[in-house]
Amino acid sequence: MSDLTTRDGAGTPDHGHDFTSEGQDDLARPLFRGPGGLPAADIPHRPRRSDIDPKAARRAERQVASLFILSMVMVVFFVVAYVAIDPYVNIYVPVFGEIGYQNFALGLTFGLGVFCIGAGAIQWAKKLMPDTEVVQERHSLRSTKHEDVEAAEQYERGKEESGFGQYRIIRRTLIAALALFPIPLIVMLRDLWSPKNGGFGPSPVVLLSQTAWVEGMPIVTDGTYVKIRPEDIPVGGLVSALPEDIERIQKEEHNLNARGKAAIILVRMEPDEIRAQQGEGWDFQGILAYSKICTHVGCPIALYEHRTHHLLCPCHQSTFDLADAGNVIFGPAARRMPQLPIGVDEEGFLVARAPFAEPVGPSFWERG
Amino acid sequence: MSTTEQVGTSVATYIDDRVGSNRFLGRSLKKVFPDHWSFMLGEIALYSFIIVLLTGVFLTLFYKPSMVEVVYDGSYVPLRGIMMTEAYASTLDISFDVRGGLLIRQMHHWAALLFIAAMAVHMFRVFFTGAFRKPREFNWLIGIALITLGLAAGFTGYSLPDDLLSGTGLQIARGIVQAIPIVGTWVAFLLFDGEFPGTEFISRIYGIHILLVPGLILALITVHLMMVWAQKHTQFPGPGRTNDNVVGYPLMPIYMAKAGGFFFIVFGVTALISGLVTINPIWIFGPYTPDQVSAGSQPDWYIGWLDGALRIFPNIETVLFGYTISWNIFIPSVIVPGIVFTAAALYPFIESWVTGDKRDHNLLDRPRNAPTRTAIGVMAITWYFLLFIGGGNDVIALTFDLSINWLIWFLRIAVFVLPPIAFVVTRRTCIALQRKDREKLLHGYESGRILRLPHGEFIEVHEPLNVKDRAVLESAIEAYRAPLPAPERVDANGVANKRYHLHNLRAKLSHWYYADDIVPPTRAEIEAGQAHVSHEAALEEPLHEHEELDYVNVPFHGGILHEKGAAMTNEEQLRERGGHL
Repeated sequence: MSDLTTRDGAGTPDHGHDFTSEGQDDLARPLFRGPGGLPAADIPHRPRRSDIDPKAARRAERQVASLFILSMVMVVFFVVAYVAIDPYVNIYVPVFGEIGYQNFALGLTFGLGVFCIGAGAIQWAKKLMPDTEVVQERHSLRSTKHEDVEAAEQYERGKEESGFGQYRIIRRTLIAALALFPIPLIVMLRDLWSPKNGGFGPSPVVLLSQTAWVEGMPIVTDGTYVKIRPEDIPVGGLVSALPEDIERIQKEEHNLNARGKAAIILVRMEPDEIRAQQGEGWDFQGILAYSKICTHVGCPIALYEHRTHHLLCPCHQSTFDLADAGNVIFGPAARRMPQLPIGVDEEGFLVARAPFAEPVGPSFWERG
Repeated sequence: MSTTEQVGTSVATYIDDRVGSNRFLGRSLKKVFPDHWSFMLGEIALYSFIIVLLTGVFLTLFYKPSMVEVVYDGSYVPLRGIMMTEAYASTLDISFDVRGGLLIRQMHHWAALLFIAAMAVHMFRVFFTGAFRKPREFNWLIGIALITLGLAAGFTGYSLPDDLLSGTGLQIARGIVQAIPIVGTWVAFLLFDGEFPGTEFISRIYGIHILLVPGLILALITVHLMMVWAQKHTQFPGPGRTNDNVVGYPLMPIYMAKAGGFFFIVFGVTALISGLVTINPIWIFGPYTPDQVSAGSQPDWYIGWLDGALRIFPNIETVLFGYTISWNIFIPSVIVPGIVFTAAALYPFIESWVTGDKRDHNLLDRPRNAPTRTAIGVMAITWYFLLFIGGGNDVIALTFDLSINWLIWFLRIAVFVLPPIAFVVTRRTCIALQRKDREKLLHGYESGRILRLPHGEFIEVHEPLNVKDRAVLESAIEAYRAPLPAPERVDANGVANKRYHLHNLRAKLSHWYYADDIVPPTRAEIEAGQAHVSHEAALEEPLHEHEELDYVNVPFHGGILHEKGAAMTNEEQLRERGGHL
């Protein structure tokens, strides 16, 4: 009792129920309708070589088995490669360049091992399994009228018995209670950010507006943390720098938050090249200090073209003119790079003369 | 019956006694699926997700989701002695000190890229063939949710190694969150446990990346496949294929072998790529620190369009009553993707409302038979690619020696100008193809052979369509719909139509949607046309028996010229000349 209708037109249309269409009224449908309305028997079916030539069928059988054997061989090779190859040796593979020898061998053997199983299965299906298409009828998933009525009746019965429509106060209080019950779950998210020492710490606005820079804070190089003298920076040069305190703060706070705000760049140009600054005399002999954190979305910037004094953000290409008060000349950033007023201490090292006058980094709602 | 089969039977009976599985099995094993290469795109998405799950489980055994700073002492010499988070250090260990670890990590990354790519292309297939139409709208919605979750899975995974590149991505994400009006600052502080980068974020997104998002994806994929199963797969038009049947191969054995085999193919190819091609070499980028970045920073491909939008948006920021609204970040990063995903989700409902088409569609549209839909799709893809180019504008500018400023200005204008042009060109191309189809249905194939008839008329011989092409081309009849008529202000009973304006808008949109579609010929016309073609082709019939004779074909290009007063048929002419011209 096959429910499949073969292309030869034998058999009957599929009247079997699908598990989703149980109880569907099975209308006897004409087998073919619509644009494809041609008798299936008219479609020529070309037999494959393996259908008519027993030799070809044997060959296909051997091919499939060979692929499965190859897969097994690859698994053996994989284990050998895992055990025998030194993981720290690189090899050169044409086109792909220098790659890890073991990684290459493991990928190749595992990949081929898996691939061959798939290739064998598909070759089997294509060469040896039947290639005549079969026809199955669709059934609408729509419920029958009877079922519609049944559902409505059951709903009405339930409504009636519970008195959901009748007890107005129960209904309303239930809805209100259901609306309120998620509140604790949301309230508890508050401590996703909580000052560890208890109580409420400074507000986000205060934190975002402060950096480690204070009056007299020595400027040190990023990486080596040594103090900088003005003569260390040549004209046209750029130095990434941090406040001297940064190491101490990082040790105390166990995070990189202070570094993320306090990073600056120092650039030096001829004093007469400086067209404008954010404050009168905030440079020191042509050395300017700007925040390193982009005012767009906060990438650190260090692409500096010393001839034009342009600073370009590598993330979104905002461009700032450091000779013109750090103003935006191109790109998506809306605000200038904040400038840090600098000078030298009595020993001749560069220091900050004051904190940043405005919050550094990306904007935020309360920034103003 | 062999012993194995006996065991199998008793196992099946054992299970069936408890869950009634044989009923399901009997129906399922014979279930027919139609065959088409484009139906494998969704399969690739499914299989790559399974690969991501398998490789991901392996990675969790070694990865440490912690931002505690440690000194690296692994076997990658250039980074030895450097402070870094445990997350980064353990990712280095996976790459250098766990044998096969790099292979699995790269398979995880490649399969993730493939997963999202396959979902995107699968969505294109579903869109352009109208497979989202009734009764499959829910599956379209699930698909949109899956793509969104895929992006979330990808982005959180990209962030976990805590290398310089992934940290930069997080910094940008933080900047975007902070730019959300009113709540942005607080949301950012809650997500990161304070300021950026903090020490909690990696462990927080780890749970999201390995449990929440994949759990949701798995659940939605299950529903997605159950719906495909219940509704039966759509099929392309072809001989014997109707809206009410499925023509193809049964699950057992053909699809078990083909689809099962294809999983191994995808798995194997992913492993081969991962053995050969390095992806995300985090050891080159170094550990994350918020004051460093490398030039040419690029996100994974699927984030590229969003980064592109962020890059090309003009620098508009407003300060209102002491509060900052960063339009330059909020619009491209929140509003634009919000609109894109909402519009994509609503499209099936919008189209069905505009066209008034409430029928079930199990037979796929050929893209040309829905010119406006196809044009909308091409327009959207064009727009997407422009933003994608924007996401790599620095690399493109460098590679092709272009000015970055010039490129950004080009993109700022092009995102508004090129998509409408793509729309018009696609729509007209579809309509031209419809016209060509109509021609073929009425007049058959052009054979390119000219024949002179006995009475002196020259004709080009046409050949009747073959069974397959005819069935495919005839699908235009079902696909064609006339625009909705303009609504009446007052109905026959004199009652005013309260929703006149809405209905009028709908009629106008429907007119726009269908306006220039070519009316396909009726079945009778096609029948007559094909009969005529067959008749015409029959005229040529007498020549066929001489086809092998060079002198017939060569000097006259397939036809024999008729001479005045000579025999009327070609055959007679030949006979008269004793077989010589």
